This record gives sequence, structure tokens and C-alpha cells, in this order.
Amino acid sequence: MAERVIPSVKRKQLLELAARGKRIDGRGLLDMRPVQIETGVIEKAEGSAVVRLGSTMVMVGVKYEIGKPFEDTPNEGVLSVNAEFVPLASPTFEPGPPDENAIELARVVDRGLRESKCLDLEKMCLIPGEKVWIAWIDIYVLDHDGNLIDASALAAISALLASKIPEAKVENGEIVLTGNYVVPPIRDRPVAVTIGKLGDQLIVDPCFEEEEVLDCRLTASFTEGGLLCAMQKGLPGAFTADEVIKAIEIAKVKSEELRKLLPPLVTQHG
Amino acid sequence: MLSSAPTKLISDDGRRADGRRLDQLREIKMEVSTLKNADGSACVAYGKTRVMVAVYGPRELHPKHLALPDRAILRCRYHMAPFSVEVRKSPAPSRREIELSKVIREALEPAVFTELYPRTSIDVFIEVLQADGSTRCASITAASLALADAGVAMRDLVAAVAVGKVEGKLVLDVMDVEDKYGEADLPVAMMPSKKAVTLIQMDGQLTFEEFKEAFNLAVKGCNQIYDFQKEALRRHFAPKIEELEGGMSSG
Repeated sequence: MAERVIPSVKRKQLLELAARGKRIDGRGLLDMRPVQIETGVIEKAEGSAVVRLGSTMVMVGVKYEIGKPFEDTPNEGVLSVNAEFVPLASPTFEPGPPDENAIELARVVDRGLRESKCLDLEKMCLIPGEKVWIAWIDIYVLDHDGNLIDASALAAISALLASKIPEAKVENGEIVLTGNYVVPPIRDRPVAVTIGKLGDQLIVDPCFEEEEVLDCRLTASFTEGGLLCAMQKGLPGAFTADEVIKAIEIAKVKSEELRKLLPPLVTQHG
Repeated sequence: MLSSAPTKLISDDGRRADGRRLDQLREIKMEVSTLKNADGSACVAYGKTRVMVAVYGPRELHPKHLALPDRAILRCRYHMAPFSVEVRKSPAPSRREIELSKVIREALEPAVFTELYPRTSIDVFIEVLQADGSTRCASITAASLALADAGVAMRDLVAAVAVGKVEGKLVLDVMDVEDKYGEADLPVAMMPSKKAVTLIQMDGQLTFEEFKEAFNLAVKGCNQIYDFQKEALRRHFAPKIEELEGGMSSG
């Protein structure tokens, strides 16, 4: 019973604060928590990053592996995003296979990356129909204080931008690794921003306490050129049509601010 | 069987691959109380997309520790039949199905007075029998009808439709080829009388202006779907109500 009563008391408190333009941690409604991005944190991974959003901490590792393409896209490499809510990150996380929350997170991050076409998958084909590069993007939630989607999406694109892919040549139908590492074919830097609805207020970057009492949330991903490339509404509440439009406007502005913190886009040589 | 990419999805005179106008729904069919055992059920077709939904509950919840003291829990399973798509789909739940089960549940929950049924579960089972695009939208539309058919107290029905961008044009009620070869897909679910948006997803690329236009088209589409829903409920329940009233006046 306690876990049902506390959120309803807390919700009342947070609603009253929000009505006055305030939040429980002292932020304004549209303020992000401090964002820290660190790349190259795992030497064994071809790319890695840790993102901190306040005390939320997410690590992403990128591994490149040669494998078979999907049958319907024989000339394209493969992008695969997975998320693990490891039990050290929160008392609410249990060991075991990814639950619906982890699957949703991975798929929302995947959609933002894929639909922005940030990875040029055609350039990751080695032997059409036979051998392509697979980019494994593994999201590791290390400390859960809310807004895992934005932190994970930032960490994923940061790790990709910081990654190096083994140089491979095809000689007589055989793949030869030269031992060198090169810049992967990245051409965009998508950013996801999640807007929470608390009563009739919209807030940016909800923390865990806020997430527990949100009505619903809307995540929007934007390309570097400002195009919307993915969206996801979550949690069992509803938005008005005006709130949807307003949330996307806010998300667009915030996405541009966040993109400034990302590693630069390095163009491929050769 | 895999079909190859069509050469053109929108003709010069603005007709789509199946002859529709850009803002035209496919042929919509809805029927409620289609299953004997379920507490509520519905069949919905958006063109070739066909979905069957059963609702069981409100009923006692197993395992019991999941029960909530102040409301029902809504559970939802979206599942595709192995024969519903061109290449057989394994019947094991995919990551896509797990995600869709979640977003569909969250699209329905705002409509249901769960607080009237504490300690129970309301289970929504969705089977996609044939998939030709917009299956999550047809599922939401059918699920809300099945909930109504089960007599679950609701704030409104939930109606859903997807808008796509195909060859630079916005189209209503996206079918499979348009989803596969189009530039964007925007499924939207609403409680039309409440003007409340309960599901939005998007993939592909849209400018903000295009999004606003697409979203307005989706709202218009949801209102049309809503009319079909009300008509389906009326068709099923009006004769029963008349029968009841007739029985009362004669007795």
C-alpha cells in the first residue's frame, strides 16, 4: 500500500511546485540537469561513452563485428541496439532478460539512430549478401535517476562518434583485416529529447521522482538538419493536441543545445 | 513470398497504389461480440489488415501479488499470427511485439476507469491475423471496442490511424507498401470526444511543418474511425436495447 500512497502525495507536491514553475530539485520547468559526456572509457570496445544527466549514468559500448546481412538488405551493414537494466542501477531492476521497459528504451534509441540515417549502412557492406559489418550498440544503465532515454541516446551517438572501425579489404573474395582502424561512415548526429507532462505543465529531463508521477511523456529525435526522425509517447496518460505541438517545439530547441555537447562529426578520409 | 518494390506509389493524378485518394481510409470493417468465450471481443479490418481482439475481465488476478488495492491492472498482448505476413513470423514474441504491447496498453489505459475495479486485471489479447500496415492502429481501435463490448467503464473509445509520407505526399491510413517504401510513418491514437492523444510514434523524417500537417490529418482520420466504432456498437447493441425496452413495456 505504501508504494501506492507515497506517489499520490508526491504527485500533489510536484504538481503544486510545477504550477509555480518550480521543481523538486530547484530547476525551472525547461531546465536540463547538468550533462556530462565522456568518451573512450572502455579500451576494449571500438567506441564507448558515459553520459551523466544529473545522477543518471548510462554507459554505451560499440563493438564492430563481421557477420551476415539481413536477407532483405543484402547490401547493408547491420545496426543493433540493446539495453540492459543491470541490477546495480536501481532497487527496482531485477536480474534477467530485458523487460518491456528495457526493450522500449533500446527500440526508441534504435529508431532515432536508424531513421536519422546517421550510419551509412551501405558503406558497411563488405561482400553483398555474404559479409557486412554489424555495429552492436549496447546500452548499460548504471545509475537510474530518470530520463534514461535521453541519456542513452546521447551516450549511443557519442560512442558511435568516438568509435573506430577495423579497416577491412576484400581480396579474392576473402576479407583481410589490415590491422588499422578507421573512422566509421557516420553522417548525422541525432539527439533525442523527452518531455514529461505533469498535470498541465510540460517539463524537460524528468528525474526519477518526477517520472514516478508523470502523466505521460513524449520523446522526439531530431537530425542535425532539424528534421523530426523518431517519436514515442510513453506512460498511461494523454496529451492534448496543443501539448504535442508545444512539446515538440521545446524538444527541438533542447536537441540543438544538447548537440553542441557531442563529439564533432569527423568526415571519412579516402 | 517476397514482392519487389513498386515503381510508383502515387500516380500523377494523385491516386495511391490501391486507387485511394491521399486522405482516404481503406475499406473499414468493424464488428463486436464476435467471440463466444471472451467477456468482450471485436474484429476490425483496415483494408487487408485484419485484427481480432478479446477482453477477459475485470477478473481475479493471478499472480495475486500483482494486484493493486486502488485500481485494476490493464494487461495487453499484441501478437502476430505466423501466417499474417509475407515471410512466416515466428510465434515467439519479438521485441517489436513487446514494445507494441506496451504502447498499446498505454494508449488504452487513459480511457479505462481502472479505479472502479480494484484488485482485478483486465486482459486484452490482440491477434493480428493479416498484416498490411497500421496493425497497431487497427489493434487499438479493436481493443477499445472489445473493452466497450465487455462492459468495462470507459471515458471514451480510443480510435487510431497512421499517416505516412510517401513520395513527398502525406497519406492517411498507411498500408504495408507505403510503410516499407515511404519516407515516414506516424501512428496516432486519440480519445476523440476528449480530444486527448494517447499514442504517438513516428519513424522516418518530417519537418516540423510536415509533422503538424500530418498530425492534423491523423486527428481527422481518428474522428472518421470513431464514427465507424460508434456505428459498430450501435449495430450490435441497439436491437438488444430495443428488445429489453420492448420486454419491459409489454411486461
